[in-house]
Amino acid sequence: MSSKPTTLFDKVWDAHVVRDIQDGPDVFLIDRHFIHEVTSPVAFLGLKNRNVSVMFPERTFATADHNTPTINQHLPVQDPLSANQLKALEENTAKHGISHWGLGNPKNGIVHVVGPENGITLPGMTIVCGDSHTSTHGAFGCIAFGIGTSEVEMVLASQCIMQPKPKKMRINVNGEMHKGVTAKDVVLYIISKLTAAGATGYFVEYAGSVFESMSMEGRMTVCNMSIEMGARGGMIAPDETTFNYIKGREKAPTGQAWDDALAYWKTLKTDEGASFDIEHNYDGAEIEPMITYGTNPGMGMGITELIPSAEDIDAGKASFAKSLQYMGFHEKEPMLGKKIDYVFIGSCTNGRIEDFRAFASIVKGRKKADNVTAWVVPGSHVVEAQIREEGIYDILIEAGFELRQPGCSACLAMNDDKIPAGKYAVSTSNRNFEGRQGPGARTLLASPLVAAAAAVTGQVTDPRTLIA
Amino acid sequence: MAYDKFTVLKSTAVPLPIENVDTDQIIPARFLKATKREGFGDNLFRDWRYNGDDTPKTDFVLNNSIYSGKILVGGKNFGSGSSREHAAWAIYDYGFRCVVSSFFADIFKNNSMNIGILPVQVSDAFLHKIFSAIEADPNAELEVNLPEQTVTILATGESESFDINGYKKHNLVNGFDDIDYLQAMREEIVAFAQKSRY
Repeated sequence: MSSKPTTLFDKVWDAHVVRDIQDGPDVFLIDRHFIHEVTSPVAFLGLKNRNVSVMFPERTFATADHNTPTINQHLPVQDPLSANQLKALEENTAKHGISHWGLGNPKNGIVHVVGPENGITLPGMTIVCGDSHTSTHGAFGCIAFGIGTSEVEMVLASQCIMQPKPKKMRINVNGEMHKGVTAKDVVLYIISKLTAAGATGYFVEYAGSVFESMSMEGRMTVCNMSIEMGARGGMIAPDETTFNYIKGREKAPTGQAWDDALAYWKTLKTDEGASFDIEHNYDGAEIEPMITYGTNPGMGMGITELIPSAEDIDAGKASFAKSLQYMGFHEKEPMLGKKIDYVFIGSCTNGRIEDFRAFASIVKGRKKADNVTAWVVPGSHVVEAQIREEGIYDILIEAGFELRQPGCSACLAMNDDKIPAGKYAVSTSNRNFEGRQGPGARTLLASPLVAAAAAVTGQVTDPRTLIA
Repeated sequence: MAYDKFTVLKSTAVPLPIENVDTDQIIPARFLKATKREGFGDNLFRDWRYNGDDTPKTDFVLNNSIYSGKILVGGKNFGSGSSREHAAWAIYDYGFRCVVSSFFADIFKNNSMNIGILPVQVSDAFLHKIFSAIEADPNAELEVNLPEQTVTILATGESESFDINGYKKHNLVNGFDDIDYLQAMREEIVAFAQKSRY
């Protein structure tokens, strides 16, 4: 009997359903659970109040990243509230026997950087974390998504959450990408087409030659931003690029276990003829370096285009006007040439080694513009070490930049890395919401190449004009 | 660990006719530093509600005393962005028990139901009617009936039904939560998890 063609998503989802509740969600088994200092304390408090222990402590991994400082990490954390959260994470993980890579640990870094980096993230897993950018891990063919604190408590207590099965969307991008166009541009382009709510209710599979030829870092950038179009998550079928990335990492299988795993991983793809609830197709050659002009990630445009007018958009004209007013921009004006005050490269979206290589490729032999304050923040200590080993550090210093220590930093501005009110920041992070990078801050989302071009020219600049 | 039961809620409503209200607006990240679930309502919509010097912004709806009630009515795509449950906690702590919109972000919707807030999704047209009714009379009451799955503008009698799965409805009506359910099937989960690949 031949089985029905099945999607990658269904293969992974169906293997994790413990119980299918009639007219309700699935009881869904979680393979790996990441926790951090901000969304876990109340979950542990809930366990304590219920007098419940952690069911499988070895399946949960903790790292401190959201509110940690990015300078002087060897000193006590100044902010008492942040220090208290870090202490709570340390105590809670110690009490329940959970692995904890706290501040100062050589494995510390942003949760969605350190998971893959250490081989914790493996194809076919289900992964959750109290952070919406958990979708990052979908780059490995995982079903990975963000959850709230009540669900963090559920996973700690039962290794399961209650989850209705989302609908399926496939996004195909084929064609030759132009020089200077990166994974970040691809995902910003897709979100600009689908809008910030265009994939709500769906789980996305990214397919096509553009993703097949991407590095794992690039795939992580794409999957990371799935949530910015409302998707529960996004995934890419694992292939040789995936297997080569995983092989030899600390927690990756070895020997016979590797061979067995590999045989399974090779089955993790969507069968020919499997159906999706909806499909979208885009041409990679149509994509140029992207930048956002508004206050949600769907408000993006090609860097040489003009800001759209309210007439060009389908809905929400009042919200559109409010957004431009916040940004201090006007309809039908170019983004090129707009003066920039801050540049931030880092975050779970673009804080991996490839991102700093790209940034350095433009910065090399140039100087940071005097009007720009730049925060260069690696995603982990491992990335930081690579930056030094590869000579990127020297290029940065030579050009007038400083390298900070790992953490989420200015992406959500929980620590001291806040963009001042009214200032413009070109940021490689994932959200340009009002006040996201500090009260009143104005964020332009872009790739590491666009960030580098802004950092050395002091204005929004097409990076292709600076690439040899 | 039960929360308040939700059956029928009759209340005036606070209108927020803005689309794409993200969770960074509902509660900015700098207010997420607590280790207990207390006091988040004070910082609900912090940067829309207060100036930099902590004085209230008089044009924001929460600072307008003619609007009050246990129902928040928001524009399309309410609760997008960050997974922070603190956004739902802030809404609850402020005193809301129900949020009405024509579209919700997934994670926010789950988080709300997990703490006993009912997210009610209505059509764009009905949402518009609700906003109009509140604009015409800030004391206009809505009735949200969970057992019947209806929301009614009491002044006009106009009503619309809304969807919710039977499991979640049962939980909300009875004040049960998911962990109660999961604890009850502990052995089944352990057996399944021990056989699983990872």
